[in-house]
Amino acid sequence: MSTRHDAHVLIVGGGATGGGLAHDLTLRGLRVTLLDRGEVTSGTSGRHHGLLHSGARYAVGDREAGVECIRENTILKRIAPGTFECNDGLFVAVCDEDLDYLEPLVEGCTGAGIPAQRLNASEALRLEPNLNPDLKVAVRVPDATVDPMRLILRFFATARHNGADIRPYMEVIGLLAHDGVVTGAAVHDHVTGKEGEIHADLVVNAAGPWSEQVAAMAGAKVPMTPSPGVLLALRGRYCNMVINRMHKSGDGDIVVPQRGLSIVGTTSWVVEDPDDLSVPEDHVERMYAEGSKLIPALRHAPRRAAWSAARPLVGSAGAASGRELSRTFQTFDHAEQDGIDGFVTITGGKATTLRGMAELCADVVCRKLGIDEPCRTHETVLLPHTAYYSEALAA
Amino acid sequence: MSEEKLPPGGPAVTQTGHEDTRRFRVYRYKRGDGGERFDEFEVPVGPHTTVLDALRWIKQHEDPSLALRFSCLHASCGTCGMQVDGHEELACVCSVQDHGEQITVEPLANLPVLTDLVVEMDGFFRRFPHEHPIIRSSGCPSEGEDGEAHLEGGHEVTLDLPSLVPLHHHPLHHHHRAATPAVDFVRLEDCIECGLCLSACPVAATSHDYVGPAALAAAERLLEEPRGVEREDVLAWANRPEGVWRCHVGLECTRACPADAIPAERIMALRRELMFGDSDDEEGKR
Repeated sequence: MSTRHDAHVLIVGGGATGGGLAHDLTLRGLRVTLLDRGEVTSGTSGRHHGLLHSGARYAVGDREAGVECIRENTILKRIAPGTFECNDGLFVAVCDEDLDYLEPLVEGCTGAGIPAQRLNASEALRLEPNLNPDLKVAVRVPDATVDPMRLILRFFATARHNGADIRPYMEVIGLLAHDGVVTGAAVHDHVTGKEGEIHADLVVNAAGPWSEQVAAMAGAKVPMTPSPGVLLALRGRYCNMVINRMHKSGDGDIVVPQRGLSIVGTTSWVVEDPDDLSVPEDHVERMYAEGSKLIPALRHAPRRAAWSAARPLVGSAGAASGRELSRTFQTFDHAEQDGIDGFVTITGGKATTLRGMAELCADVVCRKLGIDEPCRTHETVLLPHTAYYSEALAA
Repeated sequence: MSEEKLPPGGPAVTQTGHEDTRRFRVYRYKRGDGGERFDEFEVPVGPHTTVLDALRWIKQHEDPSLALRFSCLHASCGTCGMQVDGHEELACVCSVQDHGEQITVEPLANLPVLTDLVVEMDGFFRRFPHEHPIIRSSGCPSEGEDGEAHLEGGHEVTLDLPSLVPLHHHPLHHHHRAATPAVDFVRLEDCIECGLCLSACPVAATSHDYVGPAALAAAERLLEEPRGVEREDVLAWANRPEGVWRCHVGLECTRACPADAIPAERIMALRRELMFGDSDDEEGKR
């Protein structure tokens, strides 16, 4: 067994994926540097609706994703205590057509090991009095809500405390390569305005919807289809639980409470450039219309913000809406795929499964570097998010 | 047609049919670069364009070296605080339509500038009381941003159902009775730790050791709902010259707060508790 614990891994991208990976690799004893062109979580990871999936949303169409979600949901609640609103979620049927989804949902959840409990209308309305009074039936599942940035900051805080060098405002402007091996990155430091180079034994591309652009710097191919969705934040907290529409995944099928706001999501289309996201007003209107089918009072709730976030879906262009592309993640070892060594891409996935994604990617990284160390992230309680900013708060 | 000219956050055309623009004066600073300056940019805007939309447009189309701090884009993460025309705002919910033809953007005050519009938040977080849990029980005061309680009595629901999630998984439930059918809801604290109140505070500008409004408000929340923290420790922490007694009641913190955490009221509540509360700690009274 060869070990190279002085091995230096450079991670490009400070989102959920990079944060989870920096934490995992640091726990396995590697030296880690992580770069982001802006603040950490300034891409897709900070912008999602704040749902910690139970897996129920995937249990009907994609049981594997459902199993993944409930496993990671349970682990995250254990390693990040105090970060989640553990109020569960409801899938609600608001019309007869929705009832067609009831049996598949309950069966799917049971098959995936997701606790699911049928509630009649009056039980659901006692839990959530602002729900559509015409609701037919509800299913309660262990969804939870989270402040997306703070959860990910806990991974960064712990990684940093364990020695990782986390460098926001450090943009990768090129990848360094010699004889078909990636050896580091050329960077622009937005704090000083200066350029420089960072050398590493292995570079991991964790740039989410920007992965294709980063891979191209090394001449490698990663087929990404950035798929934006519009989310709408309304003033007023109208529910404590996550409210899902009881039908297959579609526009405006979820309301997530977040402090004094209600977040309605989401739509789905595809773009080429994840930096060029618009917020079409008709999508905002659709969020109002669909959200108020779940909670009628949302129809007149004042708008606080509307924004877009690009899902990092793996797959090639040609998909129309992005909903037909898998929500699962993929690791590319570019030595096998493009003949470029020292370079790995991890992309796709969703925030709920960030720890599991990081584990599998860290396995690939360690195998390439000849390091034999087990993953310990599932049993390591994370530092509070405030410890990211100040070592004094790490206790 | 130039796609670049599309404004951020909505269509460019106003009701009169003319393209609407704003001139942005943006504070710039790079370490080792010697000196600060303001750069000016003309930005196309629409009816829903926010100051953050405009700054991101500048970064994407005019000057990629502009450094910004942002994450959630909906006033929940607290990262995009800055001064817009001299007032503390979260740029992501600050509409350009509420400002004039020229909009001046500067970093938050009372914290060191890291680069351009980005301040170092370490000093903000170091001021907080050591324990300040961010999850609280739901149904507490100050629901909703319009001041209305949307969930009256929504704190605890008695329902004849087994709990889905074992109670010990709930962070607030260490000492709750075990086999109750009641459902207790929890929620995140209102404070989003954005630093706007500290930037707006006139006392913090001249008194650098003052812990400031956000930290004191967090302490008062602990008195209201201790979550395992000792009341006396919280009171002792607040009862210092650089603590609760430094406030001059300028109320700028509460004006600036984008999350309705009402820091000024909480500072006064802490003082009331220290002066008239039934604390055992006689030293702690004035």
